[in-house]
Amino acid sequence: MAQFLEQFASGLANGAIYACVALALVMIYVSTDHLNFAQGEMAMFSTYISWQLMNWGLSFWVAFAGAVVISFVMGVLIERVILRPLHHAPILSVVVVFIGLLAIFNSMAGAIWSYLIKEYPSPFPKSSFGIAGVIGPHQLGVVLVTLVVLGLLFGFFRFTPLGLAMRAAAQNPQMARLVGVRVDWMLALGWGLAAAVGAVAGIMVAHIVYLDPNMMGGILLYAFASALIGGIGNPAGAVVGGFIVGVLENMVAYTGNQIEKLTGVYIIGNGEKLTVALIIVIFVLTLKPAGLFGRVVVRRV
Amino acid sequence: MAASSRKWLLALVAAAFVVPLLQPLLPDAVSDYRLFLVSTMMIAAIAVLGLNLLTGFNGQISLGHSAFYAVGAYTAAILMDKLDCPYWLTLPAAAIVSFIVGYLFGLPALRLEGHYLALATFALALSVPQILKYKWLEDLTGGVQGIVLSKPEPPFGLPLSEDQWLFYYCLIVMLILYWAAANMLNSRSGRAMMAIRDYHIAADTMGIDTSLYKTVTFGISAAYTGIAGALSASAIAFVAPDSFSFFLSIKFLIGLVVGGVGSLVGSIVGGIFYVLVDNSAQALSTYVKSDLGLQFDLSAYTVFGILLILLMYLMPTGIVGGVTGVIRRLRRS
Amino acid sequence: MMRTKRRAFVAGLSATAVLTGNRVAFGQKKYDEGASDTEIKIGHTCPYSGPASAYGVIGKTIQAYWKSVNEAGGINGRKINFISLDDGYNPAKTVECIRQLVEQDKVLCTFNTLGTPTNTAIHKYMNQKKVPQLYVATGASKWGDPKHFPWTMGFQPDYHTEAVIYAKYILANIKDAKIGVLMQNDDYGKDYWEGMKEGLGKEVGRVVKHVTYEVTDPTVDSQIIQLKDSGANVFFNIATPKFAAQAMRKAGAIGWKPAQFLNNVSVSVASVMKPAGFDNVQGVITAAYLMDPTDKQWEGHPEMKMWKDWMTQHNPGASLSDASNVFAYAVSFLMQETLKRCGNDLTRANLMHQAASHHHLRVPLLLPGITVSTSATDYFPVQAVQLQRFKSETWELFGDVMHAESS
Repeated sequence: MAQFLEQFASGLANGAIYACVALALVMIYVSTDHLNFAQGEMAMFSTYISWQLMNWGLSFWVAFAGAVVISFVMGVLIERVILRPLHHAPILSVVVVFIGLLAIFNSMAGAIWSYLIKEYPSPFPKSSFGIAGVIGPHQLGVVLVTLVVLGLLFGFFRFTPLGLAMRAAAQNPQMARLVGVRVDWMLALGWGLAAAVGAVAGIMVAHIVYLDPNMMGGILLYAFASALIGGIGNPAGAVVGGFIVGVLENMVAYTGNQIEKLTGVYIIGNGEKLTVALIIVIFVLTLKPAGLFGRVVVRRV
Repeated sequence: MAASSRKWLLALVAAAFVVPLLQPLLPDAVSDYRLFLVSTMMIAAIAVLGLNLLTGFNGQISLGHSAFYAVGAYTAAILMDKLDCPYWLTLPAAAIVSFIVGYLFGLPALRLEGHYLALATFALALSVPQILKYKWLEDLTGGVQGIVLSKPEPPFGLPLSEDQWLFYYCLIVMLILYWAAANMLNSRSGRAMMAIRDYHIAADTMGIDTSLYKTVTFGISAAYTGIAGALSASAIAFVAPDSFSFFLSIKFLIGLVVGGVGSLVGSIVGGIFYVLVDNSAQALSTYVKSDLGLQFDLSAYTVFGILLILLMYLMPTGIVGGVTGVIRRLRRS
Repeated sequence: MMRTKRRAFVAGLSATAVLTGNRVAFGQKKYDEGASDTEIKIGHTCPYSGPASAYGVIGKTIQAYWKSVNEAGGINGRKINFISLDDGYNPAKTVECIRQLVEQDKVLCTFNTLGTPTNTAIHKYMNQKKVPQLYVATGASKWGDPKHFPWTMGFQPDYHTEAVIYAKYILANIKDAKIGVLMQNDDYGKDYWEGMKEGLGKEVGRVVKHVTYEVTDPTVDSQIIQLKDSGANVFFNIATPKFAAQAMRKAGAIGWKPAQFLNNVSVSVASVMKPAGFDNVQGVITAAYLMDPTDKQWEGHPEMKMWKDWMTQHNPGASLSDASNVFAYAVSFLMQETLKRCGNDLTRANLMHQAASHHHLRVPLLLPGITVSTSATDYFPVQAVQLQRFKSETWELFGDVMHAESS
């Protein structure tokens, strides 16, 4: 039972990581209708920027704010400079450009900051809160930050004119243009916001998995699954999806363990936990093809 | 147009058959290594062709073709290693096994579209290396150690080197598969496949069994890529789970887009590109570093990324689309 | 059996001895492909891109090493033409790269090609072509098999033997040991695991839990919880730096306090022990053969000083805290010595012969008391390790240097 609780809590903590990165993915999907493969590497790059700022003597929160602002600008620039000329290119071509960006960010980070793993500080007080042994203060902090970001995004898209304009621009560019939305800039803004959310995610994750140029490789895979199971256009869904994937994965390993303990036969374990978790995710998706919280879009013929 | 391009094609094929025989005359230009490199290009081309059948002609996105490649490679490797099966018999076996896996996978995929299908296939790509390492399959797959094989030897005592023979072997397989794909696309079934891609609902109402076509296309596509995997197992003479990471799927996708989505010739171009781009990115980065004396550490991976983006700028519809566009413009002026 | 050459050259430790080398007697000039009066071509592959790109620093430092050798006049008057290619840790790509190096670039030999699956893919080819595959950068035990693969030689102590040493230590020193193992689910992890099982022998039942992780896993938290739950009081940590640090930190966080054994791959103070938290790693035991540049105990050591000078002068921008740079320097030094001893007989056969004729050669940056010895039947250059225990902020060597003979 103790193990069950620990596994559950550890799953939630991992889930918070996935949720954070999934939010950035959803962000860009909501505002540009693309799935950005380079999102993880961009978040990693932003985290390095914050690390660099701290290395120059700034405090954690100043560096945090600095990195978020710089990432926002970086996101806008990427859209204006690199993706702008490709607005009319086929979607798969855009995907290839994302892969190109992934390669560039990854190798540049390695060239500038080396591939050695770096410690990354946690802004949260050491074990003054948190349930000792089950979930640490940083993990709780990540959950909190994720929920705050989610709240901010929700409010932004729901209640501000800018947020509404961005959604309109992504869903129906022509109509949006007709009512006076500057669609081009909305796309750039979407990229900026996604990069900023990514920076927050990276900074939260780095303390847990350590900072290195490949830190997002594995996480992005999980974040994709999380974003999709929750319904790709739905920020709250992505967060729930993250927790589901995190917990599910640990439960698979746990169940495998219990089975082995009871029967002495190895059926599933850590090697298969991702596979089994994904199979379950896909099974769910075949039952609810638009994700758990996605809305089914009725297509006009 | 059609007649002249067919003539060119035939000339090209004839040249491909003659070139390896020039080795005694031009030992440096037609070295074993170059023949081997071209063989790997042809193998990649077959894999990309498989992906193109699914994505380019049927409109289903897949990030999971590394899985089918792995299934083909392992089918071949296990047959050769455990059952002493001759290498040429492994191709049909790999095709059948991959077809079945692809077909079965196509069933749940029917319910998924776009990004969700991408996720499902992506999950497949991630799972297969794990399954290869699965404890109860280790005896068969060699687990993390993989399986070491031998290269195919020329049959009937033909006076060819291993690499010359490998070249012919790959070339013949590729031509057959290309011919089959071209015929299929040109038939009633091919037109149905493309109708599903373009007007899914219309195709449905016209009485095309869209589910059947989509799953069978998945199977055929997987079979093509599986054959490529089996060929690669023979060519590299080694299989290990590390060779079939998710990044392999990405590379097939790059080959597909760069060559030309929905173009058979594009698949071949994409296969060539797939092999060339790595080598040229490396060459370029060394050139920039040593000859231009750039102090910054510009790695081949960065160059690779830049090349991809530039290429998409210049030819957003791929090389074949870009080149035919240029030719058309030249003709008009 | 070949006899060890008596003309053994006493390796000087000063920088001049490292970088110049005109003292070997010159015989008649004999060359194979890749060697001439003016240059020696050496091939190399390593992952500069992809998930394993952290190992790329090894390749870069080796390149810097040969550049510095060339600037100092080369080896016996010949420049080293070092061609290094990126294989992305993909065995299929390695085959392509190696064939280019051997057949197109016509190298004399390959050197320090990195990775177990990648080297496995070219193992047979190199031996069929009779091209030396020297000092490969992997600790699998299969590289020392001169009977079947006379053209391939390893460098570092193999993982298998290292694990046997831990197992013997556990049996001798820990009462009622219940062992929990965390293992990376690949070739490298497997080699350690097999070694552990062999070392335990009849006592193999002492392993109460064996869990694995994949390199794509974001964390190993779940695995550590499973190990704690199994009631293990010994923890054998077969993980690469990032995961090793995560594992030890998590163990500390959930209050699991076993006796810990850490594989040699992850001994760096800066990139493992410090990120794991010094509080969490007190008393961890590992076996070492190289000096760690971030370990304070070596700060004043002449070889370490020489290495640091070399790094600032010839490899600026590279990290002084990365143990990979120490590894790269040491293995390159051994290669340079081997080539030096070939004199003017730069045939592949002689190169292999010289590589198999080292006699207590001191290679800088190996732990004090460890030397390189090889013979026609012994293809394991570095075979000795010494146990060390982590105390406050540094490793502390204890016990004797152990010369483990691998089977």
